[in-house]
Amino acid sequence: MNDRTRLIHSGRDRDPYTGASSIPVYQVSTFDQPDPEHLGRYDYARSDNPTREALEHTVAALEGGARGLAFASGMAATSSALLLFQAGDHLVVGRDIYGGTYRVLTTLFKRWGLDATFVDSTDPDNIRGAITPQTRGLFVETPANPLLQITDLRATAEIARAHNLLAITDNTFMTPYLQRPLDLGFDVVVHSATKFLGGHSDVIAGVAATREEALGRRLKAIQNGFGAILGPQDSWLVLRGIKTLAVRLEAQQRAAGELARWLQARPEVRRVCYPGLDAHPGHATHMAQARGGGAVISFELADGPAAVAFMKRVTLPLVAVSLGGVESILSYPATMSHAAMPREERLSRGITDGLVRLSVGLESVDDLTADLSAALAGV
Amino acid sequence: MAKEEDFNTPTDRRLTTLLAQAGNRHDSATGAISVPIYQTASFGHPALGQSTGFDYSRTSNPTRLALEETLAAADGGHRGFAFASGLAAIDSVLRLFAPGERLVVTEDLYGGTFRLFEKLYRPLGIEPVYADTSDVGAVRAALADPRVRGLFVESPTNPLLKIADLRALAALARERGALTIVDNTFLTPCLQRPLEQGADLVVYSATKYLAGHNDVVAGAVVTRTPELSERLGFLQNAAGGILGPQDAWLTLRGLKTLALRVERQQANALSVAEWLCRHPHVRRVYFPGLPGHPGRDILLREKGGWGGMIAFETDEAARIPGILSGVRVFLFAESLGGVESLITYPAVQTHADIDAATRQRLGINDRLLRLSIGIEHEQDLIRDLEGVL
Repeated sequence: MNDRTRLIHSGRDRDPYTGASSIPVYQVSTFDQPDPEHLGRYDYARSDNPTREALEHTVAALEGGARGLAFASGMAATSSALLLFQAGDHLVVGRDIYGGTYRVLTTLFKRWGLDATFVDSTDPDNIRGAITPQTRGLFVETPANPLLQITDLRATAEIARAHNLLAITDNTFMTPYLQRPLDLGFDVVVHSATKFLGGHSDVIAGVAATREEALGRRLKAIQNGFGAILGPQDSWLVLRGIKTLAVRLEAQQRAAGELARWLQARPEVRRVCYPGLDAHPGHATHMAQARGGGAVISFELADGPAAVAFMKRVTLPLVAVSLGGVESILSYPATMSHAAMPREERLSRGITDGLVRLSVGLESVDDLTADLSAALAGV
Repeated sequence: MAKEEDFNTPTDRRLTTLLAQAGNRHDSATGAISVPIYQTASFGHPALGQSTGFDYSRTSNPTRLALEETLAAADGGHRGFAFASGLAAIDSVLRLFAPGERLVVTEDLYGGTFRLFEKLYRPLGIEPVYADTSDVGAVRAALADPRVRGLFVESPTNPLLKIADLRALAALARERGALTIVDNTFLTPCLQRPLEQGADLVVYSATKYLAGHNDVVAGAVVTRTPELSERLGFLQNAAGGILGPQDAWLTLRGLKTLALRVERQQANALSVAEWLCRHPHVRRVYFPGLPGHPGRDILLREKGGWGGMIAFETDEAARIPGILSGVRVFLFAESLGGVESLITYPAVQTHADIDAATRQRLGINDRLLRLSIGIEHEQDLIRDLEGVL
């Protein structure tokens, strides 16, 4: 079955009892048990809820994994995946991972004795060089946020296999429609489903998928034990969002490509980061592991005042944190996603005061370029 | 097939952007990107004689208003009104008429609208006069009756997808002082904008393409003039067949991807229709996008599209049960316009309320099936049909 069809028909998209074309929202905590000695398929909704299960089944099918799991947020999914490790374990982590992941690793998990070394994962040798006898896992994100650097997923999975490490990746920017890390050898994929999967900027959710059933059972036990589950209404909304994932992403990706090329030609723009551009240093690696450049672009204006003036002048994209919605969203990494990072550290990573990030929505490209053009002309 | 450049007329470009941001920037208090679901019946007043603009949710609710404003803008109308179902929307429009008045109505009408006319409005003295609205001459003749005060048109029709020349019909109705009402459920404002062609009111089952996910029942009306808005607003509030906030929000959420869905559905439908035309067990295919379909030129002239609905006749009725139980990707269910493809048997499902003789005359025979094409991959849809045909 084609991916586009699988988004609509995952096998759990209909209610088995009534035939309803939309799976019901099982707003329930517990299930009546006809036989007290032998509990039925469902006993308590933290463990299993039919609505959440429909989403989890779909996520597994899309990622090509044995098991899918849905969590209360992207960070709940990531944190649950990190609970697969033990105190004393060491992880090698991509330097440019999402700031929230960096924060839990350097505070909460560090306190619990999980040690992490951050490396520039765009060069596999850096990953290899950071492995110690205690290393049990790798965690990377590609494209990275906000500069969209590319990590070679096949090479990273190869390193993990050679050293018997658990390989985890955050696939939020690509979604399984554009990139399937489990097929490339990864063990666990996590997502902020708030972004492209939910796709409408109206729900906070996270998902994870595992390549193998045994690992899926371990993660399921963590989900049930810690209980950071996704509620039925939000599960249903993410499932509803996934139905249009292909049409949304195709349109958003096409528009992002056009905008990236348009931005490149603007004199006010110093550089454009978009993995779909031939000039992007990770372009070849990215196109060998993903079906396109995605829908997020970063670009750099002259300096901080220019970026701030630009952001105040745009009228069409919303100025907000987050990405992946039907509406275009413009973010300012210096004060938003990377505010917690010391300025020197931030600058050394290329996240300058002039950098802005654009998540391209479904608006017409002509309307977006007209708006951006007017805003750029004033800076 | 409407090419991208046809689709991207200046108006459509505006529409694409409008839909993507439908309901955004409504909550100035918090900046929330998604309009809140105002699950409230009543609104507090700042002081005696003062109102926030909202008093009681039957009259106006902020979530429903965000949807209604989007509907009005999408159709280029004056105001939009959201109702509890498509039939509640049509019922409200028919309440504009008085006993003794007649309406010229498309003869192969949606069964639910037919039932509304026959079982509820005819006993009240409001009479439908059925006509083939794809025939301008037939409508002109029917409008000659001085008691006719309205023209109710479905285009494309259900299930045989006949196309009406809305511009010509609206002009005729205006000459006679009759209101033109168009049920635009099948094409949506993305592919057909009846108000711009001269109609006075547009009605929708928003359950179908507008909401688009087969998960909400909703209806809508869009008016062309302030005078009609005033009357519809009164009827909506007085009779109270409103859409609730949760369903209004879901419909708004659906509208954000309307343009993308419709574009894909239309492209898929053309491929499926062309494939059906070549199949030996298919006797006839009804699809307005096929060359030779009599309505195709009208749709092209209006820079519209053909939509995602197809009807086709198999060579023998004995084949039908096997098709309906054998499909794996298509869902055998009533309704249409969702992301998933559905297959319907009009003679026993949607059009059972129309008597057998009329059904036969219209061409709704026991070999006819209707497809609502979704956004799955076209090859999966064709393979599914190949397996059962």
